[in-house]
Amino acid sequence: MREFDVSDVIEPVKKSCIEANTVLPDDVKKALLEAKGKEESPVGSETLSQIEENIKISASEKLPLCQDTGFAVLFVEIGQDVHLAGGSLREALNEGVRQGYKEGYLRKSIVADPAGERINTNDNTPAIIHLDLVPGDKIKITIAPKGGGSENMSTIKMMKPADGLSGIKDFVVDWVQKAGGNPCPPVVVGVGIGGTFEHVAFLAKKALLRDIGSHHPDPIYAEAEAEILKRVNATGVGPMGLGGRVTALAVFIETHPCHIASMPVAVNINCHAARHKTVIL
Amino acid sequence: MPERKRITTPLTKEVVAELRAGDGVLISGILYTARDAAHKRLVELIEKGEKLPFDLEGQIIYYVGPAPAPPGYPIGSAGPTTSYRMDPYAPILIEYGLRGMIGKGQRSQPVLEAMKKFGAVYFAAVGGAAALIARSIKKAEVIAYPELGAEAIRRLEVEDFPCIVANDMHGGNLFIEGPREYRQKSQKP
Repeated sequence: MREFDVSDVIEPVKKSCIEANTVLPDDVKKALLEAKGKEESPVGSETLSQIEENIKISASEKLPLCQDTGFAVLFVEIGQDVHLAGGSLREALNEGVRQGYKEGYLRKSIVADPAGERINTNDNTPAIIHLDLVPGDKIKITIAPKGGGSENMSTIKMMKPADGLSGIKDFVVDWVQKAGGNPCPPVVVGVGIGGTFEHVAFLAKKALLRDIGSHHPDPIYAEAEAEILKRVNATGVGPMGLGGRVTALAVFIETHPCHIASMPVAVNINCHAARHKTVIL
Repeated sequence: MPERKRITTPLTKEVVAELRAGDGVLISGILYTARDAAHKRLVELIEKGEKLPFDLEGQIIYYVGPAPAPPGYPIGSAGPTTSYRMDPYAPILIEYGLRGMIGKGQRSQPVLEAMKKFGAVYFAAVGGAAALIARSIKKAEVIAYPELGAEAIRRLEVEDFPCIVANDMHGGNLFIEGPREYRQKSQKP
């Protein structure tokens, strides 16, 4: 059993919040560069050039890539041989977020009550924290700041098993096309298939953490990822919805076994600033 | 990107009339910022017949909630937010003199109709190019609703703020024309 003081997450979470919001992962940068090579629309090319220039400015001046520094979504995997001591892990994670958003000059975008006065909490907490127990004695924390514009373009549908994978593909392509310029294309599309109503949404969100270039281990779904990507890019939506060849950088499907009566599908879209940062403690 | 047009605020109807969907534009002058919460308050003031915190005539509203300014910067990263959330409020502001809006994403039919009727333009800026866009903002000052934080109304002085005409006052719509041009034939209609 490894003893771990929960306060030891504060500093790494703080730093990760700042880094995730200012430096894009290499795979996303590479995909955006490749997108620029494929784009034929002059407006689309100009848009991608601005995005590329923005990535350079953000990294060199430590400025957030986007003013919407997002909801701090934390995926935390705790090794079952870790004994957490020194207080509440959840509170320590939130403290890291609080400090990161303050010290990094990141925007505070969370309101306390969703449909009432909507008063800002002014420190970007509480974070959304997904806890999972895994074998081992480490703690793995992934911070994925999620912007409101792309999050608003999410959907869920309890499809019929008879709709099949082809029905799912049509549903996803149609949805991304309808979202148009709102989620800041070129986007990353996360698709959850299976499980239950609440779990399928989680799968779609988790799919967004995958590295661009990775594929679903099952060839059926890997092919579906490729087909949806191709069809989304054939819609012509293009960068920022203003027309072009590149609408999505990647499509990631995550699956889970499901009930004989069900075939839940969820779509969660990430903007081109597909931000995430992982630390292992 | 072809040659970009330079325009200066406040905008006249004549300047707006010359802009066409697809034009690259560099804006200099004053922009006012407002998002959902500030729009709600502006429209409430109009409905009550009260004075607005700034004169709408000829002005451009930029849909943005900037990040906090780090030391030495006039403003933090400041890219556009999604415009459709302001659609319920935009037509009445256009009726009261607003000439331009900057945001991202497509607009509703009532907004497009108000733009045609009163002569207004909608510019798209690149969402997520927020550090780059902030460089064109030389000065920022909160002029109303400081309690709204990022959502307060700010007066921005800008030089060569980069954007594209997405919807002009003649019905031109780059969100329709652009994708139509690049949609591949294999795609279902």
